[in-house]
Amino acid sequence: MENNIKTYNKVDPPEGYSAPGIFATTFDRVVGLARKNSLWPLPFATSCCGIEFMATMGAHYDLGRFGAERLSFSPRQADLLMVMGTIAKKMAPVIQQVYIQMAEPRWVLAVGACASSGGIFDTYSVLQGIDRVVPVDVYVPGCPPRPEQIIDGFMKIQDLVGNESLRRRYSDEYKELLSSYGILL
Amino acid sequence: MVITGSQMDNALIIDRLYKTFGQDILKMDSGADILTVTVSHPVIHEVIRLLKEDDVLGFTMLTDLCGIHYPDRGLPLGVVYHLHNLVENVRIRIKTFVTKAEPSISTVTDLFSAANWMERETYDFYGILFTGHPNLKRILNVEYMDFFPLRKEYPLEDPTREDKDNRFFGR
Repeated sequence: MENNIKTYNKVDPPEGYSAPGIFATTFDRVVGLARKNSLWPLPFATSCCGIEFMATMGAHYDLGRFGAERLSFSPRQADLLMVMGTIAKKMAPVIQQVYIQMAEPRWVLAVGACASSGGIFDTYSVLQGIDRVVPVDVYVPGCPPRPEQIIDGFMKIQDLVGNESLRRRYSDEYKELLSSYGILL
Repeated sequence: MVITGSQMDNALIIDRLYKTFGQDILKMDSGADILTVTVSHPVIHEVIRLLKEDDVLGFTMLTDLCGIHYPDRGLPLGVVYHLHNLVENVRIRIKTFVTKAEPSISTVTDLFSAANWMERETYDFYGILFTGHPNLKRILNVEYMDFFPLRKEYPLEDPTREDKDNRFFGR
């Protein structure tokens, strides 16, 4: 029966002090650890980067390994807005509305050249990067980026989430950042 | 399936159009593909009406309606109508041109409901005003756009635009 013993992947404990029966660390680290390994992404896929994301979510690349198995198609329950694809200027208010509807703490990942900068669509109808309407945490370059790159971007988000101070969202800098986008808290 | 030859030839169409509109027909061309008729813009509504409602002509389907801009011509802005007689399987193209100063033309939404969105699109991109249209506002572009993007009167890249970040484009 020994062959049937399963091994499970576990995340490493955060920095802290351990002794028999106790483990002491900061609250920030524990919350960060929980958050970064259970992000619920909202996929905002409008074009070919969205196809790469489908591969990323599929069995071969499996974003579920990072605790992001549960996609949220409602912004209310989402932690991470993943914008993948060309955003027309007419779509810009929709992106901002989705961002506003997300509860704090929230993060934004711009996947691909179009979401990051408008990409090749240097034209009258295309928004030249989603950072014109919402604050972006991580940009993934590529046209479209491979699933490995999307995962790399996602892991960068995880680093931000895991190391974020619990006070950050209450800081004046953060409030100023949001108000510079016309988003009221 | 046997595709039978059309019973309706161009001569018949041309004849019927000339009988009613004579002076207002500016140009006829059947060389390239389908019969193309250029008419003066005040009669465009009546031309389309005749083509649709005449018992013999019977062009009952509006396949396409679009704008065009020839910046070097005296009448630079145009509207092109493609009509289809589904019974005889005959197609016709009607063109009409207006000035940039007064780009007004009668709507055909009362004849073809399909013209509604197509005329809005033509207005959106070329600024052609369809008088009598029930809801003439932009359809594809953002509402706050203050120009007509498909007019051939803009430089390929506007050096003064501020919504482009040069850092991302190596310049």
